[in-house]
Amino acid sequence: MADISTIIGSLRLKNPTLLASGIMDEDAGSMQRMIDCGAGAIVTKSIGMQPREGYANPTVIELDHGLLNAMGLPNPGIDLYGQEMIKLQKSKIPIIGSIYAATALEFVALAHKMEQYGAAAVELNVSCPHAKRYGLEVGCDTTLLQAIVSSIKKQVKIPVFVKLSPTVVNIVEIAQAAEKGNADAIVAINTVKGMKIDLETAHPILANRTGGYSGKAIKPIGVRCVYDIAQSINIPVIGVGGVTTGEDAIEYFMAGASAVQIGSAVYYRGPDVFKLVCKEINVWMDKHGYKKIAELVGAAYQ
Amino acid sequence: MNIPTITTILTSTTEARDIKTITFRYPKAVIPGQFFMIWIPGVDEIPMSVSEITKDVKGITFRKIGDATHALYHLKPGSKIGVRGPYGNGFKLTGKHLLFVGGGTGIAMLTPAVEQARKRKLKSTVIIGVKTKNELFFEDRLRRCGATVLVSTDDGSKGYKGFASELAKDVLKKEKIDVVFTCGPEPMMKTLLSRCNTIPFQASLERYMKCSIGICGQCCVGKGLRVCLDGPIFDGKTLKKVEDFGIYRRDAAGRKIPF
Repeated sequence: MADISTIIGSLRLKNPTLLASGIMDEDAGSMQRMIDCGAGAIVTKSIGMQPREGYANPTVIELDHGLLNAMGLPNPGIDLYGQEMIKLQKSKIPIIGSIYAATALEFVALAHKMEQYGAAAVELNVSCPHAKRYGLEVGCDTTLLQAIVSSIKKQVKIPVFVKLSPTVVNIVEIAQAAEKGNADAIVAINTVKGMKIDLETAHPILANRTGGYSGKAIKPIGVRCVYDIAQSINIPVIGVGGVTTGEDAIEYFMAGASAVQIGSAVYYRGPDVFKLVCKEINVWMDKHGYKKIAELVGAAYQ
Repeated sequence: MNIPTITTILTSTTEARDIKTITFRYPKAVIPGQFFMIWIPGVDEIPMSVSEITKDVKGITFRKIGDATHALYHLKPGSKIGVRGPYGNGFKLTGKHLLFVGGGTGIAMLTPAVEQARKRKLKSTVIIGVKTKNELFFEDRLRRCGATVLVSTDDGSKGYKGFASELAKDVLKKEKIDVVFTCGPEPMMKTLLSRCNTIPFQASLERYMKCSIGICGQCCVGKGLRVCLDGPIFDGKTLKKVEDFGIYRRDAAGRKIPF
């Protein structure tokens, strides 16, 4: 049996599969179920300063090769969400608090609170493709991003991860800006901005019209981004985008990721996807003579 | 693919004050207790349990209460809506004598279950609980299928005066009931569950839903039970462990709202 534990900076994970933000993570009960289903760490729903209802439905549809969503960052606000975080403080796996904001000041306040509520790290959502003023609008400005990361790093002790969008001209420059701000890890990629139109009514189906595409279809985009980023920075990368099987995870490791996040595959394979993917990683590593995840990380740079 | 199929409204019938049934062509197989996501383009998409089932035509029954149901209420036959599903698990009709307890519009989704039970020649007793007799609907339809129908009104304007759960207590005392099926206000269903002791119990839960396919977590109750996918029908044994059952729901932002 290979050792599938992995290290992201100061965080040790029993396995390299993290629950991606926005999936089964609105309350403590849902996150507990994902912990019980074998996730190596949980990333919370993206939380802001104030409660936010998100967009009207339809918010999620399944297309031929992936899911298209525009939830609109619904969340109860950091103070109420803290009550859910506190219930998970005894959890044996790290809970990573995803946060979104429009300014450095708000990001710092959110990170502080996440730290108080027991988060093992924070993940900055600077990549949501469909929320005005937030997300991607913050994450494609390298100067602003570096300033945000560096102010959070000065104020909190827990590691800071930065989740990036592929819907930018040069994702490597943005990852480098986050590294200059002293980020502890890069998470790549968030969903890819897209749209689906209903032909009978000529209406875009999502209420927000545009949304973020995820699942199998975006895996090559994610793998390419991780491959480019991991070679240009000296901090760990967590790969996200279409991880559905153990072999998908192996591909991300070879591209340079030290762990992967799983979201859409909770739909495709059910909540047990974490156990299934870990087992598949293990089988593959045994078959190919790998003993540790670290031996695979960046194997494709040759 | 899991996207709305555009279909045309065939009929729109007023059942009681502010309550309508619309039917539409939708040839997919559906079992009682399952639901559709009904899309009104440009307005919203909402979960609606099936209230009429034939091979090619399905129906939903709803009270005019929010933006989406207002829009649906005023759509005329010939109008287009989007439908996806069916979603959820549906009722499991077992036992010889079945008791159905519907509170308010809850009776709408129980009715196809009663009709199916009667087709299988299962003895069926139905309690329809409403605030006042003007809100009563489906009484005739339920009698026509051969069920014993009892009515309770909060104000005593028809039938038993009081809550449906109280009337159910009397029925459970007098009759040997094998299984209880219910849909209605959650505090009513919780009281009913407490009256059932060891009698098997199936309740249909309603929560604010977003994705409807089991990933967003919006409709979760207890330890991550997804009303859209693991439910909407849950048994009594499960519900006794769901701490939020009958206590609170969560709004679109995830804030807890007490019942």
